[in-house]
Formats: sequence, structure tokens, C-alpha cells
Amino acid sequence: MQKVYNKQIMRGVNLTCVKAEKFKTGCLSITLMTQLDKKTAAMNAMLPNVLRRGTARLPDMESIAAELDNMYGVRIEPALRKKGEIQCIGFYADFPDDAFLPHGKNILEKTADLIGEMLLQPATSGGRLKAEYVDSERENLISDIKAEINDKRVYASMRLTEMMFKGERYGVSRLGSLHDAGKITVHSLTRHYKELISTAAIQVFYCGAADPEYVEQIVRGSLSTLPRTDVSDMPSTEVSTEEWTAPVKYLTEKMDVTQGKLVMGYRLGEAMRQPDHAALMVFNAVFGGAVTSKLFMNVRERLSLCYYASSGVDRLKGIMKVSSGIEFSKYNEALSEIQRQLESVKNGEILPLEMEGAKKAVITAIYSALDEPGGLESLYLDKSILGLPVDPSDLAPMVSEVTVDQVAKIASCAKLDSVYFLTGEDDDA
Amino acid sequence: MLRLFEYGKIGECAWRDELPNGLRMCVVPKPGYRKKMAFFATNYGGADRKFMLADDWIETPAGVAHFLEHKMFDVEDSENALTTLSGRGAAANAFTASNMTAYHFECTDMFYENLELLLKFVSTPYFTKDSVEKEQGIIAQEIKMVEDEPDYAVYYGLIRSLYNSNPVRDPVAGSVESIKSIDPDLLYNCHRVFYTPSNMVLVTVGDVDPVKIRDLALNILPEYNFPPAKRDYGDSEDDQPNTLHFEKEMEVGAPIFLAGAKTKAGLSGEDMLRFELTASLALSVLMGRGSPLYSQMYSEGLVNDTFYYDFESTAGVSFLSFGGESQNPEQVCLRVLDEAERLVTSGVEQKFFARRQRAAYGHEIRGLNSFDNICYNVAVAGFNRYDYFKTIDVLESITAEDVRRFLAKYLRPELLAISTVRCVRGERDV
Repeated sequence: MQKVYNKQIMRGVNLTCVKAEKFKTGCLSITLMTQLDKKTAAMNAMLPNVLRRGTARLPDMESIAAELDNMYGVRIEPALRKKGEIQCIGFYADFPDDAFLPHGKNILEKTADLIGEMLLQPATSGGRLKAEYVDSERENLISDIKAEINDKRVYASMRLTEMMFKGERYGVSRLGSLHDAGKITVHSLTRHYKELISTAAIQVFYCGAADPEYVEQIVRGSLSTLPRTDVSDMPSTEVSTEEWTAPVKYLTEKMDVTQGKLVMGYRLGEAMRQPDHAALMVFNAVFGGAVTSKLFMNVRERLSLCYYASSGVDRLKGIMKVSSGIEFSKYNEALSEIQRQLESVKNGEILPLEMEGAKKAVITAIYSALDEPGGLESLYLDKSILGLPVDPSDLAPMVSEVTVDQVAKIASCAKLDSVYFLTGEDDDA
Repeated sequence: MLRLFEYGKIGECAWRDELPNGLRMCVVPKPGYRKKMAFFATNYGGADRKFMLADDWIETPAGVAHFLEHKMFDVEDSENALTTLSGRGAAANAFTASNMTAYHFECTDMFYENLELLLKFVSTPYFTKDSVEKEQGIIAQEIKMVEDEPDYAVYYGLIRSLYNSNPVRDPVAGSVESIKSIDPDLLYNCHRVFYTPSNMVLVTVGDVDPVKIRDLALNILPEYNFPPAKRDYGDSEDDQPNTLHFEKEMEVGAPIFLAGAKTKAGLSGEDMLRFELTASLALSVLMGRGSPLYSQMYSEGLVNDTFYYDFESTAGVSFLSFGGESQNPEQVCLRVLDEAERLVTSGVEQKFFARRQRAAYGHEIRGLNSFDNICYNVAVAGFNRYDYFKTIDVLESITAEDVRRFLAKYLRPELLAISTVRCVRGERDV
């Protein structure tokens, strides 16, 4: 098993290192943890893209590109993620290990330095972020928000989140709203940037062959000018733990599509009070997360009610979404069948194949993620948000111990909150 | 006999063998990894529609290879191999492209049992009238689902603009109409013709034992060694596109486009690898993330970070393409052609070429981290008779002049077709 090293290296800056020699590439991410909020979501979403445009030393994309090419095509990409009610923004880099490059030396150090420059010494004009970059990235953000409609599966899921969490933080999109994006100015973004960089809690993650002590020294160097006088606490995500009793909300929208998308949102309520993460993962795999699940085996395979039907739990918010692609006319049938399947989990009607298949799928997923730099990065970011005491690799043995009763208990806490249906223009359902 | 090939520069090695039945196998050891992957593929895809059986040419409807892929998971006694593999915790799946059907799984436990099942179910057809009819409903849903995807529409818009008669014009999954005529007999015939060991490759990656894998393959797969069937992709086509423009309206937030040109087809062996790498490097020099043209177009807002380029070589065709979201796709094409002309006239500057080549080197190294990528590329290399692990050596031998010649030959206005998906009813209010 890989060695994991975790340390606060500066005020509000936490470094996690996974030393592993088997990978051909290393990865380094630097992530600013900010509270997801309607007022700042769009600004946060575009900030990494603006910072990626140019630094004081490398003032435009072309000079950055030349530098990255000479470092054997290191990728430094703006990263934007919604984790519960936290908006994680920053940079994710991956780079070939020096050992496999003919003239590659200190690629890690050069990468860390370049990310540090992007974060701390952006290209400016008159003390502000460059207007040209802000204007152009605002337009890009606007077109990204408009393009959210392109993938109907993702779009339907996003619409469900909006209706289910109207007025709540979690209902805010990862990219923010069109309205808020349109209002961003050089002035407002510069002010926001300065505040963020001096206050935000920061997670740094490295995975690769280098020694943790060396990584720490390099990261300290690249962030040496980071202002840390006024650091905020790590933002938190509010997990809903109340039993949900409100009537179910329904929304149907029409669009020029040939396949309907049905999305259902559940609140897990009490099951999230002292969540058993291993049991939650097994529950999701039994119900709709695995190929051996109730939804896949029954709604799709046995009844042919849909092309896909799957569930996903967001443990950072305490909810579950069921997502399905169906013919327009199958709406009622699919809706009631999905609920019937959840009912059977609640009643503990779980076949040995379903239970074992679910556990094994979860264990494979955990171990596989540990074999990929990107998978490791995401697991450790979640761990830092949840404040989980266990290492991701310790979860696997706990998964084997989960019982049918535990799974049934979680199912009985799940309460349907909202149903969204995207249907065709000429459908009268 | 199993032979070990070592590639010191990239820190990889591979065990290879060709069995008496013609199956080519390759084992890529990855010590220190818990996950293991197996990838069993046949050189048979959506475009292999007309082929020789006994002494007759047989024509089959669009979508048979993909249909077969779905039905191969059925084993006798209403068992399903996907369920069995999943029940053991393996992440199993399959896909069909225009020139390949592949079955694969990744697991961390019971690797050899899973491999045994993979080899068994892929080599043992079992179809009934009922199960075929039921699948027609499932696949019709899958076809409808992809028809709503703008990327899919823009891709087939380009293919149909480029090609006049080649079967790559039809979607791999076929149409709701074309799959109606599929029955068990047709599936059995296609399985017999294309799932012969000599038409297949087996790739495994992970901390696994090559001897055990070979023995399983020897025990489970049929012993016969038929040569792969002859196929016909239709008449050879002109260099020029079939038509220069395709347009469609869909529910999209911003217009998307894909432009492309046909390139030299029919290569095999290291020539094919060299041509593909030259094409990719030329496109990267012309419009990759590190090129001046990309930076300029991005800064002007003509393209955004969805812009990409690609080179594809499949089923008797090969073509280059580039696209993404843009308010003005025609302008993007003009700029690409202008920049190509400039590079062709003034030559590709050596220093610039060297740094793009370096980035490509790093990109290839990065690819060696991904088991999926290794399996897929080793299989493609197996079908086309070259060594994937020599990619970096070939890449290093490509020159700026090779790249210039590629641009001169293929980046020309009369060769470029463009496919666009525009927003239905103009802009949509969100």
C-alpha cells in the first residue's frame, strides 16, 4: 500500500502526499476551498480560467504553452468542482516522471512554480487583473453555462437539483448563473480574487515518486508569497439529516428530444446523522449503482422500461438521485417501478447475488481509484471535506462487513423529494 | 512461444505470443498495481457489412456488429456473463467501433476466473428468437438516446459529407429500421466469420502471469485457424468530399461544428503508425493548445476550450478533423487554412517543431498510465501489425519537413468539409 503523508505546511494550507513509484506520471493539485454561494459562484468559476491566461513572467497563453511544451507537455488545467456546498477551484497538473524523459529534470518543481505564479503573480494592468482576459473569460463562462443544455442527461440532473434545492446553497450551479456571470467586472473580480487568495483554506495534493519532504519544500517555495494573515476556516457543507415530510414536487419540461429523461431526488435524512460510509456505498450499489443492482436488473433488464437507470448518492449533502432514460410514454410505469424497487430494499428483500455483487463492486471501485493518480486526488479531497478519520484504503475491509439490515435501514430513511421529467415537444403526458 | 520484449526507455515490457489457432496475445506487466485488466477484441465493427462467406459475398444490415456485442453476454440457462462478472466485483463492459468490437473487464480479485469467463462467453454464441427480439427494443432506445446528442449529430454530419458510399457513413449501432431484420441466424453467421481466433487479439495489463493466461486461452478457445474473412468497403472514393456542407438544428446552447478532410487510407504496419503520428503532430503544430493559431483564436473568442482536433483511421478510411463550439465555424476554417498555407510556404520553424514534439513525447508517456489506453492501442496495433510500444521511437524520427508535407497535401480548401449543429430557434433563454 502507498504511504500517505498529511501535514499543515502553512496557515490554512494542508498538503497530502501519496508516494507511489508505479505511475508513469505524477499529479499535483492546488485547490482553494470556498463556500458555494449564489453571489460568488460565477466569479469563482471563471477565476482559474482568468489566472491561467497569463502571469507576470509569462504574460499570455502562447508563452505559457511554450513553457509547458518544453516541460514535455505538462498539463496545468483549471479545476472547478462542486463538492456538497463547497466550490473547489484551482489547478490540477499532471506531468511525466523525470525517470522516463531524455532531458527532463525537476519537472515537478517547475510545475509547482508555474501553478504558484498563476495563483499569486497573475498578469495585471494598473493593479487589476487584465481587462482583456476578464472580458474574454466572462464570455466563455456565459457560453459554458448556455452549453449545459447540450448533454440532456446532465441537464436533466441539474434541473432536478435546482428545483429540489431552490433557495438553498446546494441548488447553486457549479458555474453560477447567466445573470451573475453577466455582471462580473474587472473591478469586482480583482477584489474577489484578492480576498480569496488571502482567506481561502487550501488543499494541496501530490501523488508520484518524489519524497514528501521534498514535495513540501517545493510547495512552500511556490506559495511563499501567499498572503496568510486572515485565513478563514475550512468551509463546510450542511448535510440534511431531518426526516423529509413535505409533499413531492413534480416538474415536466418539453424539448425537441427523442428520448425522455426521468430524474428523481431523494433525501436520506436520518441515515446521514452518523453516516456509515461503507454502508451508504453498499446501499447505493444494491439499489442502483452496480450492474447487479435492483434498478439495472429489473427496470432495465427484466422489464425493458428504460435504456439506463442508475442511482448516485452524494454523501456530502445526504441525498440520492435516480437517473433514467425512457420512452415518453413509459413515465408513469418507470416512476412507480423505481419506487417499488426502493421499497423492496427497504423490506430487506435483497438476494445474495445483489448483496455480494454490490459489495464487490464497491471494493473494486475503491481499490481501482487507489491505482490512479486522479482517483486518489478526488478521494483525499472528499476525505478532507468530510473530516473522515479513516483512510480511503481502510474503507474496503469495512465494506465486506455491511449487513442487509444496515442497507434496508438506509433505504427506509430515503424520502422522495422531487421528480423531474424532460420529454418531447409533441408528448402530451 | 511466449517472448518477452523490453522497452527500457519507457520502462515497459510485454510478453507476446501467437497461438496455433492464430490468436495474438500480449501481456503488459504492471507490478505494484492491484487492478488488472483484460481486453478481448475482434477486428470486426460497424463498417464490416459486406464479406465473403464460403464463396459468396454476403451483405448485412447496419448495426449487426453492435447487436452481436449486446447478445454475446447471454450464456445458456438465461445466465448473463455481465451479471456474473459484476457479481464478482469486476467492472465489465464492451464497445463496438466501425472496425472493432471489444469486450473487457477490470478487477482487483478473481482475475483468472474472470478471464476464463470472458474467453468462454465471447467464443460461445447463444441466441434465441425471443432474446433477439427483446434486444431490438433495448437497442432502439440506445439509438434514440444518441440521436439527441449534438456531438453525435455533428460527427455523422461530417462523415456523411466526406464519404459517398463507404459503410462508415452509417452509425455503428445502425438505425431503428435496419436492426429490425436481424435474426439469430444472421448473428450466428457473423460470429462464425469474425470471431475466429485469427481475427482476434487478447491484451492483459497488470500484475498477472503470462503463462497462466496463455494456457487459459489454449484450453478455452477453438483450435481451428481460419484466415480472417475478406471484406468489401465499397468503391474507392475521391480525395474530395462528397459534399462540402452539412447543417442541422438542435437544442444546443451554442453552435458546434466539426470540419475535416480525407487523408491517405489503406496503410498498415509501421507505415500506418508513422502516418498517424505525423498527422497528429502536424495538427498539433497547426492548431494544438500550444500553437499560436489556437492562442489567437481563443483570445479573439472565435473558439473556446472545447476546441479539439483528431485524426482517425478505420475500416479502409482515414481523415483529420477539428471542431468545438464556435459562433463562426466558417471563420475558424478559414483561419486554419490560412495558417496551414503560411506554414507550408515558410516552413515549420525548427525550434517550434521541437517543442511540440517534446509535448507529444510527454503525452505518449502519460498514456502508459492508463490500462484502457494500453489495451486499446495494443489491440489496434495487433490488427494492423505494428508495435505500439515503439510509438516514441517513431515519433522521434518525424521531422518538421514531414509535417510541412502533410499540411501541404491535406489542409486545402477544396478538401475540407464542414458539419454544423446550430441552435434551434436561434438562441435559447436559460
